[in-house]
Formats: sequence, structure tokens, C-alpha cells
Amino acid sequence: MATTKITPAEEALLGAVADAATPPPGTETVMMPVGIPGYTLHQEARQIPTTQPPVLPINKDLQYIGKSPKRWDAHAKVSGSARYTYDIQLPGMLYAKFVNAAVPHAHIVSIDTSAAEKLPGVKGVYVIQHLLGGAVLRDAALKSKTYPTVRYAGQPIAAVAATQPHIAEEAAKLVKVQYDAKPFVVDLEKARQPNAPQVFPGPADQAGTAGGGGGPHGVTQTGNVHGPAIHKVGDAEQGFKDADVVVESKYSTQVQTHSALETHGVVADWKPDLLTVWASTQGTASVREELAAFFHLPKSQVRVITEFMGGGFGAKFGAGNPGVVAAQLSRQTGTPVWLMLDRKQEHLSVGNRPSSDQTLKIGAKKDGTLTAVQLVSFGSAGCGTGAGCAGPATNLYKWAALHTEENDVFINAGPASAMRAPGHPQGAFALEQTIDELATKLNMDPIDLRDKIDENPVRRVERQIIRESALWKSRNPKPNADQGHIKRGVGLSQSVWYRHINMNSAAEVRVHRDGSVEVLSAVQDIGTGIKTVLAQVLAEQFGVPPEKVSVKIGDTNYPIGPNSGGSVTTASLTPAVRDAAWQASQKFLASVAPALGTAPDDLVLTGGEVHSKSNKFQPITFRRAAAKMDTDEVSAQSKRIPDYNKGHYDTYGGVDVAEVEVDTETGLIHVKRIFAVHDCGRPMNPSQVINQINGGLIQGISYALYENRLLDPNFGYMVNPNLEQYKIAGSRDIPELHVQLVESYIGQSSTDASGIGEAAGVMSAAAAIGNAFHNATGVRIRTTPMTPPVVLKALSKAPQRSETA
Amino acid sequence: MSDRKSPSEDAAEQSSSPQNSNNVATGISRRGFLKGAGITAAGTALLEGVQVFSREAVAATHSDVKELGPGAVPVTLLVNGKEHTIQIEPRTTLADALRVHMGLIGTKVICDRGSCSGCTVLLDKTPVNSCMTLAMDARGHHVTTIEGLPQNGELHPLQTAFVKHDAMQCGFCTPGMVMSCAALLEKNPKPTEDDVRHATAGNLCRCGTYPRIFAATLEAAGTSTRNA
Repeated sequence: MATTKITPAEEALLGAVADAATPPPGTETVMMPVGIPGYTLHQEARQIPTTQPPVLPINKDLQYIGKSPKRWDAHAKVSGSARYTYDIQLPGMLYAKFVNAAVPHAHIVSIDTSAAEKLPGVKGVYVIQHLLGGAVLRDAALKSKTYPTVRYAGQPIAAVAATQPHIAEEAAKLVKVQYDAKPFVVDLEKARQPNAPQVFPGPADQAGTAGGGGGPHGVTQTGNVHGPAIHKVGDAEQGFKDADVVVESKYSTQVQTHSALETHGVVADWKPDLLTVWASTQGTASVREELAAFFHLPKSQVRVITEFMGGGFGAKFGAGNPGVVAAQLSRQTGTPVWLMLDRKQEHLSVGNRPSSDQTLKIGAKKDGTLTAVQLVSFGSAGCGTGAGCAGPATNLYKWAALHTEENDVFINAGPASAMRAPGHPQGAFALEQTIDELATKLNMDPIDLRDKIDENPVRRVERQIIRESALWKSRNPKPNADQGHIKRGVGLSQSVWYRHINMNSAAEVRVHRDGSVEVLSAVQDIGTGIKTVLAQVLAEQFGVPPEKVSVKIGDTNYPIGPNSGGSVTTASLTPAVRDAAWQASQKFLASVAPALGTAPDDLVLTGGEVHSKSNKFQPITFRRAAAKMDTDEVSAQSKRIPDYNKGHYDTYGGVDVAEVEVDTETGLIHVKRIFAVHDCGRPMNPSQVINQINGGLIQGISYALYENRLLDPNFGYMVNPNLEQYKIAGSRDIPELHVQLVESYIGQSSTDASGIGEAAGVMSAAAAIGNAFHNATGVRIRTTPMTPPVVLKALSKAPQRSETA
Repeated sequence: MSDRKSPSEDAAEQSSSPQNSNNVATGISRRGFLKGAGITAAGTALLEGVQVFSREAVAATHSDVKELGPGAVPVTLLVNGKEHTIQIEPRTTLADALRVHMGLIGTKVICDRGSCSGCTVLLDKTPVNSCMTLAMDARGHHVTTIEGLPQNGELHPLQTAFVKHDAMQCGFCTPGMVMSCAALLEKNPKPTEDDVRHATAGNLCRCGTYPRIFAATLEAAGTSTRNA
């Protein structure tokens, strides 16, 4: 690959060499690979603790890390033996079912459970006293003194446990709830009106989760409008005065539900000295945390197990209502309780990606320099908050002044939760189309403009790859060039996500005399493949194939693992695992040295062999050496230490190009191809990374074109709480996807791994399709999902201004 | 879903024999009954041997008709080449019979209404949604679940190809995907990518592993070695 000339700004970023002075006690100065192989790779100094393992070379010089061995648990998944929470069956286990609110807004007058209790097979009924999720009133005096106020149709009210699922279902229908119905509002526009029904009687705030989301606390609240949360840098007003060109547009996006295939749920087994919970969760730690707090139990008496889980996408943190209700029912009945939501409840009550109505205004000089960025957004997270979407506008480009105002608008709908790159698909949809609009006004190429205003050195390389791609070269810069009713277009969009590290990341590594090795951590594999990656880390250390490594995770009996949200898992946990593996290997050498007739510091374990530095013996295999251990087992535990050079290299990204065909007669958009170039630091397992990016792009396409939670304005119900009317992209909607990874070393930890979940195309697909749509038709589409009616409406309007310069 | 037909639909089509004219007279169709059976909890019964399903109709049918249910009855199913006799209520779905009564947890119920194909099993060689199929209707058929796909302890070539191409992420849709693709290969050993897309059109994967699934299935068929 050709080398790229780097700018002085990048030089400063890339060349931050650590202080050459004598390192503080307990640390040493090492040289680490930093930059992009083929472009900017170089060595940088880092001061690291002397207890750290040797610097890991770049992927091409490694045997197992950076390669793509088969998924560690692929056999279990493909043969049906993988046991998910949903599959757990315990002796005598009861099945529980929620009673859900039948109205969107009400005080509950009374709840009569007597008929349900009398039904043969019913063993327990529990009425919810403290509801989890959603915003909480700041003034506790305004809270309902009896039952929790119903703020959305489908809100859980009570639950029933019975010997059979269908008995629980029938019993749930026998619970009589008397409502004092109140006026409700499910439309964002209407909810903003001064005379709208009030979802909350006073200001209310929602906490975020381990996966992000939630909203700002303590901001003003006027009626249903929670906000604005204002962020100002510099003088935006002056920035617009200084601008040669200003673009201002409105964009709106819909509510998307996570729709993980395994619904939320747990199996709870309350014993006097231990509460054991199997949970479909992205955070065993978060479930334990919430259950211990809710029931005032010591954490040591709560065990959470997640061996396999069927998708989360940000919605599955904490115990939630299913967790505490199942635990309560198990406590009441003295029996294990299975409580998995049904598909309708999954859509209604456990989170979604909030909607947005955005007004974005950007000013620029003739050379493209951004003088001001201003975003005002209103979005609804239902009866929760977290609809802010200023992330891309704030963090993707360099500007002279920034002014953002984010507002949450309460409506009578289920609370949002973090969803894969919270706020970013919405924000990028507006920002990346506006940047293209600006490029047109400035008579600049969209890539040239981004080269001018985007300081991230990795995306610069990614854009160069895109620029040289056949797909981008096939783009006709002139929009609406095709004569027929099928019009082809090509457009791009960028992604940005942030390096978050969860310090609650630890692991234990054990070496046994029979030569077997194992790693233990409470971390859960949500489908992204962390089991495989941990096996690769041990394989690299001990020279055994990854499939021979035992990976024991998803159990709080093991050292704490990070909650999997915000692309943190691999970046947070793998250094702790490598550190533990390294320390275990040192203990192993000490353990075998006497039998090998030498001192531990004469021994090296490399390439699966134990070598004597002084050639006291011919190298022997790890396995043969293990047989000489002086105890049956040696082990080491490590926890995450802070990043080596904290504060540098703190974002990840990607650039995606989409090719679409727009049928201007039917309004159908056909996404034909996407070329995606992404970075995630050191790709630990490139195949799994690409699999995630494929998935991110597909979820992004699905968001752009199909998915939409529809609420009936007259009754306040979701009208499509299933998987056929809530349309998700399927096999016939998948374009040709081509993903290219850019390795980008940052010298931050013993594995130098980063994450990919968020910056995986999920935020950029809709914007890339929007820009491709404009290239095809000459018309801007500013609403998602881009269904045929939306497309035809957009096409029926003549472009308000020519963007063709 | 285009290729799918539940066995109860088959039965419904066959039920218009003259013997069952009373069925028409009562205005209760099999489909309507099944729908009711799925919603109401108790108080209904299935009759063996005929396709008449109302109590009013019982008197008019042949005297040796055996009434089953509503309580649990013994039912024998041939699953993965082995006979299983289980005690189930006649309204039990095939999915529940497999999962709850036989412990074959590989089959996943995801939407519970035939729109995601997570619960796909083979009835003889036809893929069906086991959440939409009554266990009673599987009698006399060979039922194959994901657990029954390997032969002599060796994964089916399609399963091997899924592993090789990493055609999974969370894995929850994987059994249903594999069964749909296995059914395709039975019927069409040399499919094109379009054939695979068509065969999996009813199967939802939320993680978005479709490109790998196409590649794996084509490789298992020997029609392509393209890597996704």
C-alpha cells in the first residue's frame, strides 16, 4: 500500500513520545507499534509497569491473535446444544407471566388477584410495588402512594407463577385491574404543545445504563419537554456571520426497537443463602448489582449465570422488572421461576432507540472550514429520557463554534434504553447529509471536504481507500444523471465512536499439570465472540491451539467481567487476560524449573516450547514441561490496569459507501452494495470483527428503510408488536457487503485491543443511503424509515434549491 | 415463508370429504378451531380419526371416534429416528413437545407466530414452523430437529460449513437457519445464492449474519467457495 503524507496535527497525535527521563519506580520504558501498517506505522515509547507482559507485536507477527480461528463455541451453537437462559429447565420450576397495563396512562385504583390465585396450578402472584425503567420524578412527593402510575400500554403491573406456561398465561388474564384512566399522548409534536396531557406531574430524570443512554439530569422541564441540555463552545452566532455558506435543514427519525431474538428474561432460584439467576444479559455484573441493591442482599449471595445469550444491542443491562419479579416470585414460592418476556412485551417494555426531530445548521468558509455547527433536537424516549443525538455533530468534525440543544419529549410509551451507538444513527443521518449538502454548495468533492474538516488520521486513510475503490469511482458526481425511472446513486457516510474502558475487568488463568489451560471471567459473550478472543490470548501465550483452551465465562463466581456495552468488552478485558496468562506462565516456569535442573529466569516459554537460555537442555513442549510442575495447578489473577497513554487516540470510526437504485415509480429503494472500511484498533479476530460490521450495516439498512414502532394515536397502543408488521431486514434485503479492516495500533495496553460494536456501520448506513439517494435522484430525503410513501413524497417535491451547483 | 405449509393446512385441505359435511353445517372450520385452541386455555377437545371439532358434531360422527383431551394423553412421535412417547395435552405445539417434553432445546421459539422461522424443524423433508404445528399432527411423520442433523456423531456438512464461515453471532437463530438451509439442500442440491435467500426469507437473524449463511450454504452444496 502507498504511504500517506500525514499532517502536522496528525504528527502531533501520532508522535506523542513519552518523556525520555528516567521512568518512575516500578515502571519501564518500552517501544510499542503505533499507527497503521502500510501507512503510518512507527514505534512510540510508553512507560508501563514492570509487571506487564512483553509488548505484543503487530498481528502479522503473531500466531493466534489477529487470526480468525473458528468461533470457540460454534459447535454448540450450530448443533443446538448451546443452553440459553430461555432453555434453562430446573426441577419443579414454575413459569411466570406478567400482567400488563391495558391502557396508556392511568392511576391504578385496585388490583384483585383472588381469581388468579384460585386457578389450579398457580403457586404465586406478585403485584409490582416498585417499577424499574423509565424516568423517576425528582419530587418523591408527587409519586403515586399506592401502585406505580401506568405511563404506557404494556407496562408490567403484576406477575403470576404457575406450574405450566399456559396456566400462568390464563391466570394473568384473571387478575382484575381497575384503572382511573388519564389523558395520554403518544405523538411527539402533540406532546410538545402547552396543553398536552402530562406524562409526569413534575420534572423526572432517567439514569443511564452500562451501555450508555439515559439522559441529562437536572435540566429544565416544561410540560413534557425535558430540556434543553445545552452545550456551547465558542460563539456560534459569530461563526454563522463569518461563514461564506450556511446550510440548514430538518431531519426526523423513527423509534426502533432492539428486537433481540432471545427476549429479556431470567430464571431465578432463591435459596436462603444464595440467589442464583440465569439471565439473558449483557452484564452479569450489572444484574448482580441491581438484585443485591433491590433485595438488600450482599453481592456475595447473588450469583448470575449467562453461558449463552441471544442478542442484546444495548437493552439488556441490570435485572430489570423481569429479574426482580422472578426473584420475588421464587422467594415467595420457594421454587425456581422462569420468566421470559413474550415478543409483544419485548417490543413494549424493555427499551428502544428514541426518535428525533433535528434542525441542523452548519456554516463554512469557502475552503470548507466549519465556522459553526448548531443542532436543536427533540426526540422521544417514551416515558424515559436519552433522545440526545448531538454526538456526531460534536465529535466527527473540527469546528470553530458549537451550539447544541437536546430535548427529550415524554410521551406515553415504553422507556428507551441504550441501543447500539446511542444517538448516533440519528445524529449521523442529519450530519452526514448536511456535510454532503455543504460540499455541493462549496462545489467540493464530498471526500475532499471531509479531508479538510476531519482530523482523525485513521478515517483519512479509510477515505483514501474509499476514494480509490471501484465503487466510489463509479459514482457520477452529477446527481439525477440516470434517465429511466430506476436511478442509480452512490453516497458515503462516516462513523465515530469513543474509547471507553471498563476497569471492572478481571480474569484468572490456570495451568494444569496435564498441560491444559483455562481462563475464567464473569464476562458474558453476547454473540460478538469474546470467548474465542480470550482463547486466542491464551493460545498465543502458551502455544496451544485456541480450541484446546478452556474458556469459562458468564458466571459471577469467576472474577468480575465488564458489562458489554459501548464497545468496551474486548478493549477492557483482553489486557487483564493477557496479564493473567503472562503471570501464570511465569509461575509455571518457576514451578517446572527445579525438575528441569535450572533457575526460573533461565527459562522462556515461546511458541509452545520451553527453552533454556543457557542451552541446558533441548527445547521441550509446553505439555511435556507441564508434567514436571511441582504442584497440580498454578494460577494467576489480573485486573485491568489503566491505558498506557490515557487520553490519546480516543475515537474509532469507519467510512461506508452505499450504492442504491431508486425506483421513482414505486418509491422502493434497493441497496445494491456497500463497501465499508472500518477500524477497531488491533483486530483480535478479523473474521468476527467483519461479522459484526456486516451485522451493523444490516441493522443500519433495516433502520433506514423498514423498522418503525407505530403507536395508535387514538388508543395509545403499539400496533405492530410482532416480527412481521415490525419489519426487519431479511435475507432478500441484504446487499452485497464488502468490509475492509484498517489495523490501527495505538499502544494503550498489553493487547492494544479496541472495540467495534458501535462504529460498525449501524450509525452510518442510513446517512450513506440518504446521500446515495440524493446522488441518484437529486432530491434530499430527510426522514426515516425511507419507505415508499416517504420516498414518493420526497420525489413529488421539486428540490427547493439546486445542490448541483 | 413461501415454501412453507403447516401440516394442519394440509389436513384442512383434505377435510372436505362428504363424511365431514356436519363440520360445514356447524360452521366451525379446523383453522378456526385451531385458532381458538391456541387462545382459550381449556374446555375443548380434539377428536381422533376425523376432522370434526365441535361437541355438536360428535353425535353425528362414527361411533368408534376416540375423543382426546383436554387433559394430557400419550402421544408417540418419531423424532430424529427415535420414538418418543410423551404425555401432552392435545393442544400442545410441536415446539413445546420437543423443547419441554423431550428436552430438545435446540429448537427456539422466537416470535411464536410463524414469522421468524426460529423454530423450524423438518416434517419428513418439509420445513415447518414447529410453533404453528400441533404435536398431534406430527404423528406418523419423521420429525428432524437440529439435534438430529449430525450423522454418526459427525456434524452435517452444512453445520460444518456454518462453523467454517462463522455463519452465526449470538446463535439464537442458527438452529432454524440450519434447518431451513438443510431442507433447501435436500430439495435442491445445487442452489444459487438467490435460492438460499429464498429458502431463508422467513428466517430472521437480528445480528445480521446473512452473508455468512449464504456463503456457508453454497459451500456445503459445492456450488461456491466464496467467502463472505
